[in-house]
Amino acid sequence: MIALLGRELRLAIRHPADTLSAVMFFVLVAALFPFGVGPSPELLARLAPGALLAAALLAALLPLDRLFGAEAEDGSLDQLLLSGLHPAGIAAVKALGHWITTGLPLVLATPIAAALLNLPTEAWGTAMLALGLASAILSVFGAAGAALTLGARRGGVLLPLLVLPLSIPAVIFGAAAIEAAANGLAARPYLLLEAALLALAAPLAPLAAGAALRGD
Amino acid sequence: MEAGPLHLIEAQDLACWRAERLVFAGLAFTVAPGEALLLTGANGAGKSSLLRVLAGLIPLAEGRLLWEGADAFVDQTAHGARLRYLGHQDALKPALTAKENLAFYARLHGGDVAAALDALGLSALADLPARVLSSGQKRRLALARLVLAPAPLWLLDEPSVGLDAASVERLAPLFAAHRAAGGVVLAATHLPLPLPDARELRL
Repeated sequence: MIALLGRELRLAIRHPADTLSAVMFFVLVAALFPFGVGPSPELLARLAPGALLAAALLAALLPLDRLFGAEAEDGSLDQLLLSGLHPAGIAAVKALGHWITTGLPLVLATPIAAALLNLPTEAWGTAMLALGLASAILSVFGAAGAALTLGARRGGVLLPLLVLPLSIPAVIFGAAAIEAAANGLAARPYLLLEAALLALAAPLAPLAAGAALRGD
Repeated sequence: MEAGPLHLIEAQDLACWRAERLVFAGLAFTVAPGEALLLTGANGAGKSSLLRVLAGLIPLAEGRLLWEGADAFVDQTAHGARLRYLGHQDALKPALTAKENLAFYARLHGGDVAAALDALGLSALADLPARVLSSGQKRRLALARLVLAPAPLWLLDEPSVGLDAASVERLAPLFAAHRAAGGVVLAATHLPLPLPDARELRL
């Protein structure tokens, strides 16, 4: 398992384009928003929590259809399935790898996007936490979705349709946490609810992904 | 009575469906330790499918596969551990060097990377990224996975595709050592392989 995670990270370092494109996408969406909303900083700040979450999840979705697709195409997936690693373990490691190479850079880019969206600085820390949790939820559901759509034609279109509805609670609680922090209220209850979602999804989604991988 | 199992593998009445098409049915064969079995037949006869079925990558539609007399697929993990599968694709990551590609599998299966590279004549290319290797060199790197750590069952799908004559000859001692240790080779091929006394299974 550690060998597989190590390989994931090494590949991400050799191919930084995937990570960079997700981060660029995230920042660009945040940069486009003010142009659409017009000259109203207050309105922009009101929209910021939801816009941040939506932009981050869409950005994290970008490299997802290659999560197992690349492994299946070059034959590596066959070798992994025969290697004695449990399929659910493979899926869990891939989800963790996806979060480290996509979710974590998005968290680090959050202050830039938050500044573009005129989010009050006191909410930036909460925004980073909320985005970290939301992107982790997307990574585990995304691994299940990527495993299920593997080999399906137009799997890249199917994948967001499967994964994004499952991420709605993460958006609701994440945005609520950021909004609470921006208004000087306690963000902790919302963050805990978001963390509870992750705690529920993290053990279950890889099992579903593993079953899908094994089922040819 | 025989002491010990006579056959390492016994396939009984295997059938395989792919995309609602019957690829083969009623297929039965046995392989004893040290034997080699060449799978031959026209394109689409089901050679690759049979290898994937034997590896457990395609679920068996009908029939049974016995390993030393017991059902092979009861414990998928144990079955995976006793075989090495070489598919059409080389399962290499272009961004990693030859050594890194092999080192990943060495961490999964165990084994000595430098010795495996040397066995396939790849030592000089160890630090080149797999993306710059020629197709024959990539095939040799995929074959190097076989010799990393011993496993009794080798399932090879067109192992010599893209290899030059010298590289094919290089496989001869590897096959011989594997069979001398009681291992078996099942290879789908259109080209002659250095497998003396190999039996042929025509699909």
